[in-house]
Amino acid sequence: MVVVERPVSVSRVEPRLNGQQVRRSLAAGAIHGSLIAGLVLIFLPIAWAVSTSLKNPGDIFLFPPTWIPDPIRWQNYVDAMTKADFGRYFLNTTFITVVDIVAKVMSCSLVAFSFARLRWWGRDVLFMVMLSTLMLPQQVTLIPQFIIYRQFGWIDTFMPLIVPNLFGGPFFTFLLRQFFLSIPTDLDDAARIDGCSSWGVYWRIILPLSRPALMMVAIYVFNITWNDFFGPLIYLHNRNNYTISLGLQAFQTQSGPEWHLIMAASLVAMLPVLVLFFFGQRYFIQGVVFSGVKG
Amino acid sequence: MVNVAARTVTVERPRISRQTRRNLEGWLFASPWIIGFILFTVGPMLASAVMAFMKWDLLSAPTFVGLDNFKQALWGDPLVLQALKVTTLYAVVSVPLNIVLGLGLALLLNSGVRGLRFYRTAYFLPSVLSGVAVALLWRWVFENQFGLANTLLTSIGLRGPNWLGDGDWALPALILMNVWAVGGGMIIYLAGLQGIPTELYEAAEVDGASWWQRLWKITLPLVTPALFFQLVIGVIQALQVFTQPYVMTGGGPYNSTLFYVLYLYQNAFKYFQMGYASALAWILFAYILVLTLMIFRSGDSWVHYEGQSRKGE
Repeated sequence: MVVVERPVSVSRVEPRLNGQQVRRSLAAGAIHGSLIAGLVLIFLPIAWAVSTSLKNPGDIFLFPPTWIPDPIRWQNYVDAMTKADFGRYFLNTTFITVVDIVAKVMSCSLVAFSFARLRWWGRDVLFMVMLSTLMLPQQVTLIPQFIIYRQFGWIDTFMPLIVPNLFGGPFFTFLLRQFFLSIPTDLDDAARIDGCSSWGVYWRIILPLSRPALMMVAIYVFNITWNDFFGPLIYLHNRNNYTISLGLQAFQTQSGPEWHLIMAASLVAMLPVLVLFFFGQRYFIQGVVFSGVKG
Repeated sequence: MVNVAARTVTVERPRISRQTRRNLEGWLFASPWIIGFILFTVGPMLASAVMAFMKWDLLSAPTFVGLDNFKQALWGDPLVLQALKVTTLYAVVSVPLNIVLGLGLALLLNSGVRGLRFYRTAYFLPSVLSGVAVALLWRWVFENQFGLANTLLTSIGLRGPNWLGDGDWALPALILMNVWAVGGGMIIYLAGLQGIPTELYEAAEVDGASWWQRLWKITLPLVTPALFFQLVIGVIQALQVFTQPYVMTGGGPYNSTLFYVLYLYQNAFKYFQMGYASALAWILFAYILVLTLMIFRSGDSWVHYEGQSRKGE
C-alpha cells in the first residue's frame, strides 16, 4: 500500500511511514523484551544450580543469597564425585546406554525396512497393531516382565534394561519407516537389478542414505536411556550396579541438605546431554518435529 | 490355446514362489519386532490380565480372587481415588497450560523476529533435560527457606509458600516445573507455522482481514493437527508421571502428589501386591483409552486437516 502511494504524494506519506516504522520497532522491542524475560526465567534455575554447586557449604543458607560464589569452590565437584561411587555409576550408565543405542538402531531399522520396503502378507495389519501398542502404558506389561526376568535370574543384572531393545519398538520403528518411505524406490530397483538381495538394499542403500534419521534415533535413545529411572529402580538393587539416576537418588536420601554436592552431582549427570545438545541440536529438533508434525 | 495355458503355467510357477519368498523375507526382517511383541507385549499382557484376578505376594502361591482387586481399587481404596484425582488434575492443568504457552511462544518467534535460531535453541534446551537430575534441581528451587522460588518472591515482597512441603502447593509446584519443558511443543508448532503458505495471508490481507482474523481463521486452524497430536501425547504422558513425585515429594505431603503410577509402583514393589498392582495397571490403561477416545471424538469438531473440509461447512 505504501509503495503504491509513495509516488503520488511523498510529503503526505513520509510521516505515516515513520509512524509505521516506529510502531513496528516498538512491537519488535516488545517481542524481544518478552522473549528475553522468558529466557531469563527459564535459565535462572540452571544458573541457580551452578551457583549453588560452587559455594562454600555454609554460604548456601545465607539470606539474601549470593549469586556469584565467593570463593568459587571447585572442590565440591570432586567431593560429590568421590562421596558416592559416581565413577562406577557413570561407567554402568554408559555401558547400558551404548549397548541400547546399537541394539535399538539395528533392530528398529530392520523392522522399519520391512514395513517400508518389502511387500508381504499381513504387513499392513501388523503395522497397525504395532502403532496401537504406542497407547499401551508400560505398567500393564511391567509386572509379568519383572516376574519373567526374576525367573531367568536377571534381577540385579543389566539384562532387563538391554534385552528388550533388541526387539525394536513401535516409536522409533515408525519414525524410521516414515523416513525410509521418503527415499525413492528407484534406488532399490536399480540395486536389485544389479543383483542386490533385500539385505543388500537395506545395508548398502537404505542405511547409508538414512544417516540423519539414524543419528536422530541414536540421540533420542541416548537421552532416554541415560535419564531412565523407572527401569533401573525396579531391576537394579546392588550399589555396584547403580546407574547415575539411582546414584543421584541414593545420594540425596543419604546426604541430607548438602545441596552444593547434590547440585554438583546433578549438573555432572546432565553434562553429557547438554554437550550432545550443542553438537547435535538439529537432530533433537528434527526428531521432535518429525514425530510431532508428521505423526 | 494349449500353448497359452502352458505358458501362463510356466510363468506363474516362479511368480508364486517369488511371492512366498517375499513373504518369508518380510516376516524375517520384521521378526525382531514380531518376536518381541509376542514375548514382551502379548505374553505379559495376557499374564497381567490373569494376575489382575489373583492375589499374589510373590512368596506364597497365587490365589484366585475374582473381581476383588477391581472392587477394592474402585470402591474400597481411597488412595486409588486420590491418585486418580491428583493425576487427572495434573493432566488437565499442565497439558493445556503447556500447549497455550508453547503456541504463544511459537507465534512470537514466527513474527519475523530477529535471532530466531538463538531463541529457538535456548527455549528448546530445557525440554531435552529430564530425569532425577532435573527433579533434584527443582527440589532445590522449591526449597522452603533458601530455594530460588521463594528467594525471588521475597525480593518482590511476597512470602512464598512451603511449596513441596505444603499439601496445597506441591502439585502446583510440579505443574510449574513442567512448564520448563514448554520448548518441546514450541518447536513442533513453530515448524507447523513455518509450513503455512504465505499466499494464504496475502490473500486474506487483500480481503482486508485484520491481524486477529488472520490468526483465528488461518493460523490456528492450520496448526490444530499439531495441537491435537500434542494434546493426545501430553495426556498419555501426564497420566504416567513417576520420577518427579518419587524424587521430589515421595507422593506427599498428605498424598497430595500421589500420582497414579507412583501408587502402582508402591503396591507392586513395596507391598508386593502383584495382583492388585496388575489390576491398577489395567484400570490405568482403560482410563487412558477412555480419555484418548474422548479427545479423538472432540477432535472431529476442532481439528482441521488440509484437503478435507470441516463438517457443516
